[in-house]
Amino acid sequence: MLASKTYLDYAATTPVDGRVLEKMLPYFSQIFGNSSSVHAFGQQAEAALESAREQVAQSLNCQPSEIVFTSCGSESDNLALRGAALARRLQCGANRILISPVEHHAVSLTAQQLAAYYDFKLEYIPVDPTGMIQLDQLIPALTPDTAVVSVIYANNEIGTLNPIAEIGECCRAQGIPLHSDAVQAAAYLPVDTSDLNVDLLSIGAHKFYGPKGVGALYVRKGTSLIPSQTGGGQENGLRAGTHNIPYIVGMAEALRLAQAERISRTENLLPLRNRLIGRILEEIPDCLLTGHPLQRLPNHASFVFKGVDGNALLMMLDMAGFACSSGSACKTGSPEPSEVLLALGLSREWAMGSLRITLGTGTTPAEIDLFLDRLPQIITEARKMGS
Amino acid sequence: MVAPGHVIVAMSGGVDSSVAAALLVQQGYQVTGMMLRLWNEPGTEANNRCCTPDAMAMARRVSARLDIPFYVIDAREIFRQTVVEAFIQGYEQLITPNPCLVCNQHIRWGFLYQRARTIGADYLATGHYARSRRDENGTWQLLRALDSTKDQSYVLHGLDQEQLAHTLFPLGDYPKPKVRELARQFNLPVAERPESQDLCFLGKDDYRQFLTRHASQVQLPGPVLNSNGEKIGEHAGLAFYTIGQRKGIRVASPTPLYVLEKDSARNALIVGPLEKLGANELIASSVHWVSGKVPASSFDATIKIRYRSQDAAGVVTPLPDQKVQVQFENPLRDITPGQAAVFYNDQVCLGGGIIEPKRGLL
Repeated sequence: MLASKTYLDYAATTPVDGRVLEKMLPYFSQIFGNSSSVHAFGQQAEAALESAREQVAQSLNCQPSEIVFTSCGSESDNLALRGAALARRLQCGANRILISPVEHHAVSLTAQQLAAYYDFKLEYIPVDPTGMIQLDQLIPALTPDTAVVSVIYANNEIGTLNPIAEIGECCRAQGIPLHSDAVQAAAYLPVDTSDLNVDLLSIGAHKFYGPKGVGALYVRKGTSLIPSQTGGGQENGLRAGTHNIPYIVGMAEALRLAQAERISRTENLLPLRNRLIGRILEEIPDCLLTGHPLQRLPNHASFVFKGVDGNALLMMLDMAGFACSSGSACKTGSPEPSEVLLALGLSREWAMGSLRITLGTGTTPAEIDLFLDRLPQIITEARKMGS
Repeated sequence: MVAPGHVIVAMSGGVDSSVAAALLVQQGYQVTGMMLRLWNEPGTEANNRCCTPDAMAMARRVSARLDIPFYVIDAREIFRQTVVEAFIQGYEQLITPNPCLVCNQHIRWGFLYQRARTIGADYLATGHYARSRRDENGTWQLLRALDSTKDQSYVLHGLDQEQLAHTLFPLGDYPKPKVRELARQFNLPVAERPESQDLCFLGKDDYRQFLTRHASQVQLPGPVLNSNGEKIGEHAGLAFYTIGQRKGIRVASPTPLYVLEKDSARNALIVGPLEKLGANELIASSVHWVSGKVPASSFDATIKIRYRSQDAAGVVTPLPDQKVQVQFENPLRDITPGQAAVFYNDQVCLGGGIIEPKRGLL
């Protein structure tokens, strides 16, 4: 059923790179010890764990002790937000959480829960119509009662990049910890935590050709966190649970490759992505690019089509052999437009018709041409259905 | 081999639609599964009778087993606007509406059928027990299912020629036990759910509780009158009663009392003994003819006045304004305004209309 299909949804997930899989395989059955055990088996596993930690630290330009392994990007976001908010309240009574209105749900719903059940005050930093934070709007919002600020590095739905380094500078001047969700960004952008001026940074391996089910949180030395998952005291007490060594090893290798091959991967994809955006905007009427035209993920193109039901469009594209997304993977087909698109000021009539096309290392020019040949007709059909 | 066509199967995760899909795959069709996500009251998703998260997961598993694509189509808003609104309005107008008819017309053979055709599918298929065929003149006919105990042609009588030409009923020739056996043979992971005749969006509730929440104006108490016009009790609101109903009248009487009529002008519930209940004629409106042609004159037919009622013999006379008069051979006791009267010539479903309220029983 998948033989003749074209995958254009690399922001949803990526296949595991063969080189990554190679590195993982010995850790399932041969080197299987529990890294917390005293004996030789445990020591072998711990060696693999700590070597992976060093590798991740190198990719993020930080100390190995600043890396916490988690089960995914969402868990990293949760630990960062919950952990920092609760710790800061204990430390200095700060009671306010500040996030952008275009965060991934792992951040926005966590912040909303902290507001609903833990008495935090939740406020949003305004974004411009491309979904980017404006520094002059941020600075006055950084009041002393702010516990934590969270701003997404590269948005999953619209691809827009935020000026994290500048935001970090502003937060640091006020002594407020900054978290950034870099789950999408880590695949194509530098994630040097020193340059980015962040205190907390989330990544998830499956977005950059690593396995699903493993992620990491960078926690700058001196940043206090209250753990969410308590137990055996692993990860410096910040995240209990037996280490998933094969996956952690896989993530470390995948992140190393992503950063080492960052420039070449970007140079391969950018012309294809630009051709995609250019031709769609030229050839399809009543169509807008969402997100920033330039400051965006190099593999990411996202649009809204007026008078189109995005869910129906995805289905029709799938039937035609193209796997895309409306912005975030939503299987139940919610009829509600995305909060992110509404935050950009789009009307419901436009926001319902969203389409995200994300390229990857496997994408070929022929696939993009085929897609561009078919899309206008499919949009016409989808518009007929909507009316 | 050239596929005999692309067919969209309306799936529910239950035995019938799953076996329908499996049969079509076996017959060589290019099959795509679709499941409608229908409306339910906020917070009662898990109680919906057909599109719970569990049912969706089941339909996905069936599709994976059959190696066919599967999509969930959101129809919540249009379902609320058409089916639920008509249901509430029907009760407000003191009739007993049949939402399954509205759903088949507006949702299955409206919204979903339109989608199926727009994306280029040749057919829509469902797990209904009914059959269709073309007669010698090329006219499409809707027929009762071979298994008369499962026949669902009653709720399908609104289909037209164009829809029938593009609709498949793979189960029409099978008795239900055989369908269950086929599910096992196809190794389908379908749930053996108890069958229900209740309405999907009511969840665990009785329709009266639903009306109380969504149409509070129907809770208008008034007098219960006997057939002489004497007040013998109080009712809670006319919408809560159905013609022929015996339980729940709450009036002491030596002989059982039945609801005979709902008099909206006086907000009165008219009750009386069983022998007063029967009627030997009805008027139906918004009549639809499957053939697309209004019969030129009166004709003998068998008639069903509810989904589960027995066949009744009678004469159907076309009237102007899409109406018919039906004269029954023997009086029937449960002629209910708002339900459909559906006409058959033996196995062939000719069409049907909505039973009109009677005027002036007293």
